[in-house]
Amino acid sequence: MTALEAANNIKAKFGDLISEPMEFRGEISLKVADAEKIVEVCQYAKSIGFDYLIDISSVDNYGEDPRWTVVYHLRAIVNGVEFRLKTDVSEEKSELPTVVPLWRTANWHEREIYDMMGIRFSGHPDMRRILMWEGYPYYPLRKDFPLAGKPTDLPGVAFTRVTPMEGGPFVTVAGGNDSIAREPRVRVPETDEVPLNARVEARADNKALRGQAFGPGPIEKK
Amino acid sequence: MDEFFKNNLMATVQDIEIRDSAARAAQAAEDMQDIHGEKMVLNMGPSHPATHGVLRIVLELDGEVITKADPDVGYLHRGDEKIAENMTYTQFIPYTDRLDYLAPLANNVAYALAVEKLLGVEKNLPPRCQYIRVMCCELARISSHLLGLGAFAMDTGAVTVFLLTFTEREKIYNLAEAASGARLTTTYTRIGGLMRDIPATWCAQVKQFCDEFEVALAEVETLLTRNRIWVDRLRDLGVVSKEMAINYGLSGPNLRGSGVDWDLRKNQPYLCYPDLEFDIPVGSVGDCYDRYLVRMEEMRQSVRILRQCVQKIPGGWANDAKEPVSIPDGKITLPSKQKVLSSMEELIHQFMLVTEGVNCPPGEVYFGHENPKGELGFYINSRGGGVPYRLKIRAPSFVNLSIVGEIMPGAMISDVPVILGSLDFVMGESDR
Repeated sequence: MTALEAANNIKAKFGDLISEPMEFRGEISLKVADAEKIVEVCQYAKSIGFDYLIDISSVDNYGEDPRWTVVYHLRAIVNGVEFRLKTDVSEEKSELPTVVPLWRTANWHEREIYDMMGIRFSGHPDMRRILMWEGYPYYPLRKDFPLAGKPTDLPGVAFTRVTPMEGGPFVTVAGGNDSIAREPRVRVPETDEVPLNARVEARADNKALRGQAFGPGPIEKK
Repeated sequence: MDEFFKNNLMATVQDIEIRDSAARAAQAAEDMQDIHGEKMVLNMGPSHPATHGVLRIVLELDGEVITKADPDVGYLHRGDEKIAENMTYTQFIPYTDRLDYLAPLANNVAYALAVEKLLGVEKNLPPRCQYIRVMCCELARISSHLLGLGAFAMDTGAVTVFLLTFTEREKIYNLAEAASGARLTTTYTRIGGLMRDIPATWCAQVKQFCDEFEVALAEVETLLTRNRIWVDRLRDLGVVSKEMAINYGLSGPNLRGSGVDWDLRKNQPYLCYPDLEFDIPVGSVGDCYDRYLVRMEEMRQSVRILRQCVQKIPGGWANDAKEPVSIPDGKITLPSKQKVLSSMEELIHQFMLVTEGVNCPPGEVYFGHENPKGELGFYINSRGGGVPYRLKIRAPSFVNLSIVGEIMPGAMISDVPVILGSLDFVMGESDR
């Protein structure tokens, strides 16, 4: 069985629901017209030998309708035949049925798509974020999410207990007075010089913090 | 030296009575049933030496028996897929070093092959380039398995193995440095070829490495394979059946450890693998011990491949015949600097390649590569031009980790490092 034969087999079974097989670089793609029917198509594919789900991914066709494309890569382990199933999901709906009952590996792939794109999978046993943290408000792989990221109201650090040894020489307080000054590579744009005063002050700060001299003293300007 | 190890191995051959640790755990759970107590939730990681990186597992314990395990990934998420959409195909190569950072050379090759598949030029790669890439992949495989094995053995209490494997890994780093100039972040491949040819002495160094490595591997073998403690702790633990392995999409040594004869190098051959002779080891039970044995044998097969490559490499060791290592196409690979400075056409090619990237046709491809950790796949969705519209990385560690919640319940808490070590994942790849 070649990939094309398998694709034609599926096409014969489901008729108009499935597009004509498309071939590019020796790979066969099929498009499923109705995302709600994806489980039936996958079930049939599994029954004719495609027992291995390689991957599920998603594409954001920003500015087009429907906005989302979900892509399934299937493989038959016995003979290594592979093909690709694609289906479109509109932005208003942003939901399609899960294939977890067929392949357990789909669990994490679908969670990742939900996390990164915001497409939900109905019937999924555990629809939580996976890479980003619970409560993060955005979906970072969407095309309208900027590469530099967006600020959120959530604190950058999830746990707010006092750091052990805070105030000591080994702990830099984030945003603290000394955190920028004692960074030795800091440059002042106007003069492109090491801000010597800042460094001296930082050392003085540290000295005061520790209550005793440590390391070499202030650097003399040449 | 060989004779010594053979004799030594023979002397230690004996039947080892295996105590079934999974059955033991189940028995313990049954014995405890009448004792009513609270279940304890234990947070393991994300910064724990046995989780090999920043994996966090939330364990629910009944005494020492695990009743539920929920792996939590994402602590090393850097948004590689988002980054890829914002740069040219060539610019993304350094980011592939940082996926599975124990085998950067293999990642480089996997990514380059995926883009070359999109371009439709993967069959035109010069033979010398193919051989060098295969050698890189196999060195990366040995390097990755050595680290996995060393850390695995150390977590189980056998510290000596770690010292032996890291001595050998150091030599692989030296080889990577000689070829690419960098020890860890190699960025050795380019779209359509390699950054540069290997130095004339490289093949001799590889050959020497193979000789030394075989001795070291035999020593590791005598330390572990029939070691009573090692076998007791690994046998019948974390059993993954054939059906379960396929259902969970496992790949690489974890899939083969469960008895599935699947290796992309054999089943969907690429580069010059069809010209090389090697075997695919397959496990029978699917427990931690099988996965360990599969990795050991894979390293030996990699040495076998390396030896053949050294012998057969087109152009010879010093490449006196000046065999190319890149596709000689100005639209794909950079021309030589001398030509750029003396000829208009090459200057234009260089300018276009650097500023706009390799012009890829619209379309979509998926390429799966047999990486040390499993199938590293790149799904590239291109709308034309030098930048991918969408690049999805199918990370083997991510998929292999998803089975943790299934195989941990029933095991003891001291089995956790063993199961994790046998799955051999790396978080840089899992979290991307």
